[in-house]
Amino acid sequence: MEPFVTLTAPAVPLDIANIDTDQLLPARFLKKPRSAGYGNFLFHDERKPGFPLDDPAYAGARVLVADRNFGCGSSREGAVYALVDGGFRCVVAPSFGDIFAANAAKNGLLTVTLPEVVVAGLRRQLQEAPGAVVTVDLPAQTLTGPDGRALSFAIDPFKKECLVEGLDDVALTLRQQDAIDAFDRMDAERRPWVKPGRG
Amino acid sequence: MTSQPRSLFEKVWDAHVVATRPDGQALLAIDRHFLHEGSFHAFGMIDHAGRQVRRPELTFAVADHYVPSHSRSRPIADPEIANMVTMLEANAGRHGLRHFGLHDPAQGIVHVLAPEQGLTLPGLTIVCGDSHTSTHGAFGALAFGIGATEVSHVLATQTLWQRRPKTMRITVDGMLGPHVTAKDLILAVIAAIGADGAAGHVIEYAGSAIRALSMEGRLTVCNMSIEAGARAGMIAPDDTTFSWIEGRPFAPKGELFDRAVEHWRTLPSDAGASFDREVTLDAADIAPAVTWGTSPETAVPVTAAVPDPGAEADPVRAGQMRKMLDYMGLAPGMALEEVPIDRVFIGSCTNARLEDLRAAAEVLRGRRAVVPGLVVPGSVPVRRQAEAEGLDRVFIDAGLEWGEPGCSMCVGINGDLVPAGERCASTTNRNFPGRQGPNARTHLMSPAMAAAAAATGRLTDVRTLDVRKLGVS
Repeated sequence: MEPFVTLTAPAVPLDIANIDTDQLLPARFLKKPRSAGYGNFLFHDERKPGFPLDDPAYAGARVLVADRNFGCGSSREGAVYALVDGGFRCVVAPSFGDIFAANAAKNGLLTVTLPEVVVAGLRRQLQEAPGAVVTVDLPAQTLTGPDGRALSFAIDPFKKECLVEGLDDVALTLRQQDAIDAFDRMDAERRPWVKPGRG
Repeated sequence: MTSQPRSLFEKVWDAHVVATRPDGQALLAIDRHFLHEGSFHAFGMIDHAGRQVRRPELTFAVADHYVPSHSRSRPIADPEIANMVTMLEANAGRHGLRHFGLHDPAQGIVHVLAPEQGLTLPGLTIVCGDSHTSTHGAFGALAFGIGATEVSHVLATQTLWQRRPKTMRITVDGMLGPHVTAKDLILAVIAAIGADGAAGHVIEYAGSAIRALSMEGRLTVCNMSIEAGARAGMIAPDDTTFSWIEGRPFAPKGELFDRAVEHWRTLPSDAGASFDREVTLDAADIAPAVTWGTSPETAVPVTAAVPDPGAEADPVRAGQMRKMLDYMGLAPGMALEEVPIDRVFIGSCTNARLEDLRAAAEVLRGRRAVVPGLVVPGSVPVRRQAEAEGLDRVFIDAGLEWGEPGCSMCVGINGDLVPAGERCASTTNRNFPGRQGPNARTHLMSPAMAAAAAATGRLTDVRTLDVRKLGVS
């Protein structure tokens, strides 16, 4: 996974709440192998005239500033692949679908949660000055908007570490092998009924 | 035993912590891992890393998303769709996993099949690369959806790193009215707290209206927890739960079952257990519901009118409402009961169990549907039992199609699509733009309400139809 440390890039605003993973990646593209590249499927059915991602003023955007509940719905990780393959490294929103946010972190896509009014302010600045850049500093946990104000954001320390280091967490887990084996032995004694019957 | 009162969620969580990190992350042991056709990314990841499945005996593969609703005797025509079904079989075979394939007598939607087969039990941790895994919380399990990378992690380690979520108790007391179902209850919850109202939380549903629900109803409620943004939804196990489980194929038997029940009786939240958030609803206030927009949070009583964005003070919110109304082809102020529909779909992991099909059939018995529609049972056993009760004849005589079990028109990836521009009365869980097909318009509702809409050709309050068994819930 590509580590995420700092990023300075144009940002595109999307005034739409509840952007679900079906909109990010319509289900008919779920059959595609990752090697096909998911970038062309991103928001495939939303690409109508006036859609901000198609506005040349926002060309080269690597940050998406959205509204509440971004990435709600289906657990499809392909929604994250579509954003990443489409060039995005960071999404800013007042809230995220939990599964989407977990999937994003596993693929080097940073999700930044900020208060609703702050995010609305960022979107307004980007609408007034299309093409403006934002700077994200993950170690410092700040996002600096077009107005130059540095906004602090909170992030789970584990998620931050994985993103900054580009860690594969299976490798991390396998270091706990002894603890997992011990748990399994203890649990088989304690809850023998958990093992499925013969069906 | 700790002296501190604990919630159902806390008891299940605590029993599965293998290790913790100083930053609060916990490594959770996973008791059941369900896979469907979409798991090919995860198999690719473990294969690429040269890793094996750690606990094949706890891992079950189910063909449901891409299976055809029609004519299973012939090969699947679309080679890309056929490939999805055969890839799952090949991956399951290579890793020695029990595979419920297209022609298995237990095949069905994973969230219908697993409870039916006795794979879903109280107190378990259950994951699946599908957001509606929350369904299994109906048994007092901690069950949640995960993405492909996490699926590969569970395949390789049978564990998952998680941060302990917050807790929310939603208490629904009182009696649901005639023809008000579990679906209406959960739609009312989502409308009340919003589509992100439970983000970061595990919900426990409690109260007399929840206790009174059958297992089918509880599964419907927990299924849509994700549509309120919840990590999971749970209901305390009780005698309704235990009698459902007893005797099912994979369930513990004999003395082991008795020991299990003894343990399961300790799982319900202790008196005095605390929750990060409490929400209460009165069951008597809940009406048969429909959605008007492109989020489940737009659920309203069917007797309501389409809301007016002009009355919304926040201009961004008003703009979002206009966008939804434009997509849905609705005008502000229009009575929802006057909205004509083009087709119905009765099925999905939300509403394709026997009780759902019985409720829909009760409305349609002796009636004709005036629009086309598809009824897809949740599993082969549901289909067989429905046929034994003659429910298939009721649907077919009404002019609806009777399909083979699977996800079908809920997500449309097996080819069952709502044509562009058409309006579908649907018992599914998501009315997102394009969910049932590009430019398809979805109104979510209960099976009885979808059946009523089929009979009249418009959104209809089922209570206004002359249904023989009025009041049966």
